[in-house]
Amino acid sequence: MTDVMTTSGVLAQGIADIPDPEVPVVTIEDLGILRHLVVDEGRRHVEVTITPTYSGCPAMDVIERHIAHVAAHAGYTCDIRTRLSPAWTTDWMSERGRDRLREFGIAPPPGHHVVPDGAVPVSLQRRQVACPQCGSTDTEEVARFGSTACKALRRCRACREPFDEFKTL
Amino acid sequence: MGDSTNPVAAQYVLGLADDALVYAQRLGEWISRGPQIEEDMALANIGLDLLGQARALLTRVGELDGTGRSEDDLAYFRDEREFRNVHLVEQERAGFGFEMARLLWFSSYQCELYAALRASTDEVLAGVAEKALKEVDYHRDHATQWVLRLGDGTTESHERMQQGLRDVLPYLAELFDDDPASVAAAESGLGVLPSSLHDAAVGHVTKVVAEATLELPTETRWRSRGGREGVHSRPMGYLLAELQHLARSHPGAQW
Repeated sequence: MTDVMTTSGVLAQGIADIPDPEVPVVTIEDLGILRHLVVDEGRRHVEVTITPTYSGCPAMDVIERHIAHVAAHAGYTCDIRTRLSPAWTTDWMSERGRDRLREFGIAPPPGHHVVPDGAVPVSLQRRQVACPQCGSTDTEEVARFGSTACKALRRCRACREPFDEFKTL
Repeated sequence: MGDSTNPVAAQYVLGLADDALVYAQRLGEWISRGPQIEEDMALANIGLDLLGQARALLTRVGELDGTGRSEDDLAYFRDEREFRNVHLVEQERAGFGFEMARLLWFSSYQCELYAALRASTDEVLAGVAEKALKEVDYHRDHATQWVLRLGDGTTESHERMQQGLRDVLPYLAELFDDDPASVAAAESGLGVLPSSLHDAAVGHVTKVVAEATLELPTETRWRSRGGREGVHSRPMGYLLAELQHLARSHPGAQW
């Protein structure tokens, strides 16, 4: 999903590999936060476009500083733009990112986001999310909001382990 | 994008921004006060989403009104009469039933608002709306789940939820009032008429309330209004004191 047009693959890779500050097993590229990256070799300058997962995500400031640091370390100036539209969706998360989340003990987003159109069924919710520890789908939601804006908290009824779920957005 | 100023549009966006900012502040008060720790987290997270929306909207206000004020200038260095939020969001934190009634109404309103604003002629506003819609849809779902659980729960939870719905009623009309700034913004295509959001928002709340075996109160002897003109109710000054005192006591401080 990320455009990488560069003659300096090392710098581009260095930026793409920046870990998410809240979930360091995945990179900003894995998460789909990194939207665009252009390195201008002549001007020793890099332009980066990122998008937040949630409007108030406090990790964005940390990610921006990290990008600027990586660029400066390689001897490049940098310009970082934040883009809101199109809005970030968990559909942009890479397969590698999903695998890494699961290995880390976080259930990756289970479904594809459906854009709300006003017709919302009113009922108590039942969704199936597989436990990242044992794979059982016999899990239940403990809390709809977890330790960060992007996660919810669940518990596995088979292996009894609590776990984070990356919410589908 | 930000080089043409439009003070009337700025007033409209300021209303949306202040609604989000002030409600974020109120929701933050629930941390350590929720009925369970998971609910502290939930309401804090909802507040965080609203704060993020407010930051983007306030930044846009500073561009549109031509003053070049930053989000922090606008949040911390305006006085009460310069805030344009509705009275609903500034009311003091009361019982949990009141909060779920307020959240259900406010998020239902915001869902319709942001859905419509995705078509705004203002590129920034349309972008914020597209992003925020997904967030407030989740907030509305959260409030919906609680209203169903409490309304269709015990006699005690049912009565408290019903009382919450009664208590927010005087503050609802203002959400859907067409004030001069929103009329102008709607005519230019930048904004939407608040009255045009009324039926869909009421539709969702009505469905939830019925499913929760509750009744939707409609009769009220008074309605609270004036926020969009900067006239606020008693709790607003105390809220701003808490929100602003640190930044005002140490101007220019960084952390």
